[in-house]
Amino acid sequence: MLNKVKRYQFLFTELVKRDFKKKYKGTVLGVIWSLLAPLLNVLVLALVFTTVFKRGQEHFIIYIFSGTLVMSFYTECTQGCMRSLMQNASIFTKINVPKYLFMMSKTIQAFINFSLTFILFIVFCLIDGISFGPHMLTLLYPVFWLLVFNFGVGMILAAMFVFFRDVEYLYSVFLTLLNYVSAIFYPISIIPEKFQWLFKLNPVYDYIYYIRTVVIDGVIPSLETHLLCAGFALVFLAIGCIVYKKCNHEFLYYV
Amino acid sequence: MTVLECKNVSIRYKTGDLKSIGLKDYVIGKLTGKYKVTEFWADKNISFSLEKGDMLGIVGTNGAGKSTLLKAVTGIMIPTEGEVVARGKIAALLELASGFDPDLTVRENTYLRGALLGYTKKFIDEKYNEIIAFAELQDFQDYMFKQLSSGMKSRLAFSIACLVEPDIIILDEVLSVGDEGFKDKSAHRIKSILARGVTGVLVSHSVQQVRDLCNKCLWLDHGKQIAFGPAYVVCNAYSAYLFSDKNPDYLPKNEEELYEASNRFRVAWRLGVKEKAAKLNPPNETETKRIKRLLGIVDNMTPEERKVIQDEIDKR
Repeated sequence: MLNKVKRYQFLFTELVKRDFKKKYKGTVLGVIWSLLAPLLNVLVLALVFTTVFKRGQEHFIIYIFSGTLVMSFYTECTQGCMRSLMQNASIFTKINVPKYLFMMSKTIQAFINFSLTFILFIVFCLIDGISFGPHMLTLLYPVFWLLVFNFGVGMILAAMFVFFRDVEYLYSVFLTLLNYVSAIFYPISIIPEKFQWLFKLNPVYDYIYYIRTVVIDGVIPSLETHLLCAGFALVFLAIGCIVYKKCNHEFLYYV
Repeated sequence: MTVLECKNVSIRYKTGDLKSIGLKDYVIGKLTGKYKVTEFWADKNISFSLEKGDMLGIVGTNGAGKSTLLKAVTGIMIPTEGEVVARGKIAALLELASGFDPDLTVRENTYLRGALLGYTKKFIDEKYNEIIAFAELQDFQDYMFKQLSSGMKSRLAFSIACLVEPDIIILDEVLSVGDEGFKDKSAHRIKSILARGVTGVLVSHSVQQVRDLCNKCLWLDHGKQIAFGPAYVVCNAYSAYLFSDKNPDYLPKNEEELYEASNRFRVAWRLGVKEKAAKLNPPNETETKRIKRLLGIVDNMTPEERKVIQDEIDKR
């Protein structure tokens, strides 16, 4: 295993470099977009919801930002993984390389983007007067599991996408839905209390909830939230690995 | 020692399923029971084995399953049935120019391809200048890959792929890359790799190339193995088949027929040589026409006449 990692380490870094370079190819601002895009995104949402819908609560921008932060990482990563096998078909039909590297590379590329956005998020927190303390370190916990979760979902989607191209369109509809049910720009208190537990079944919401609890409320979430974050990630990773292992040698016939 | 062995390798493609009909038709087909997957065997029961130093040529018309077989040999594909046993490091030079990234520069692509082929960073750092020099792309290192001509692309691909020192080398139509000057250079490079005693597999549409480079030959036709044997025998029989306008009657069914077909071609060839020496060959006749005519003559010979010529060949 260690040998394998070493063998593919160089290839992996080259793939990440390629994906990163390609993302900003031809843009004037280049990597600055990684900061600018989420920034503008948050500002638009904040503007709409504070002025048009007259919604305002304490740290509302941070509330929205934590939502879009997680959601955009999830979206970019899963969509990137989904398409990565098809995009690299001309490589793996000619050269014998492990195909999971393409998905890993997309995941890492999305993670780099996420990290840049995360720095911006911290800056916003500082400006907004969020109190910083050692409890902030627990943010690494949901971020790690989110990364694992995204990779797992990405592998499942990539396999499905190879077999049915319709998945791309279905998934973009699903993402729109997910955007609305993840309480990104509204508090879940607007939902009747007896239905609020449903949100916990949405993994994306769990990660957002964890971050909000730590940043805005300044406390570490309950054990239940911890278990949900890790549990969803592990389940989807396991399914992803099983699907990948099963279909690994079939992809070739469908690309 | 057997270095590469194919044991009853069969590869099946599925057509008519999701890939071609999409999700909606798939679901409807499943529900109404009309859903059917048609199978297509790209290769069926292919067997051969190569010793160290052997060079195998694979010949066959388009769609014979040559490239698919190579994919199984390199491990890109897993055979549906049978197995491929390879002892040693395999380097595959398949359809070289594909798989590069059009938006990256020549330099970036060189590193990426090197990494894909399993080279280390250190190795490529060392060899980078050599690769570029061999591909004659010194002035294009920072050009985007899509800006290169197709000849340049293939040259780069060839240069990167040929750095390897493999135990088994797989070549798919790679010797027809670039302009005449580069062709010579690449043929020379391949020959020097082969001279190290590696085992090789070559797919080529040029029978002459197979005769030049290979000592064994595998003939495939529509996924079936027609013959496997000494290169000159199989090449002769294959040439005779080609000159018969791919008439299926000329596909040898067993070893005896293979040798017979090979002999028929040799006799015709010998007749041609004699004809030329006596300056009896009709002027302005194309090569194809000439060989066809000669094969016709051979078919009309009596066994005695044929024996005379055959003895002549054997004596030489």
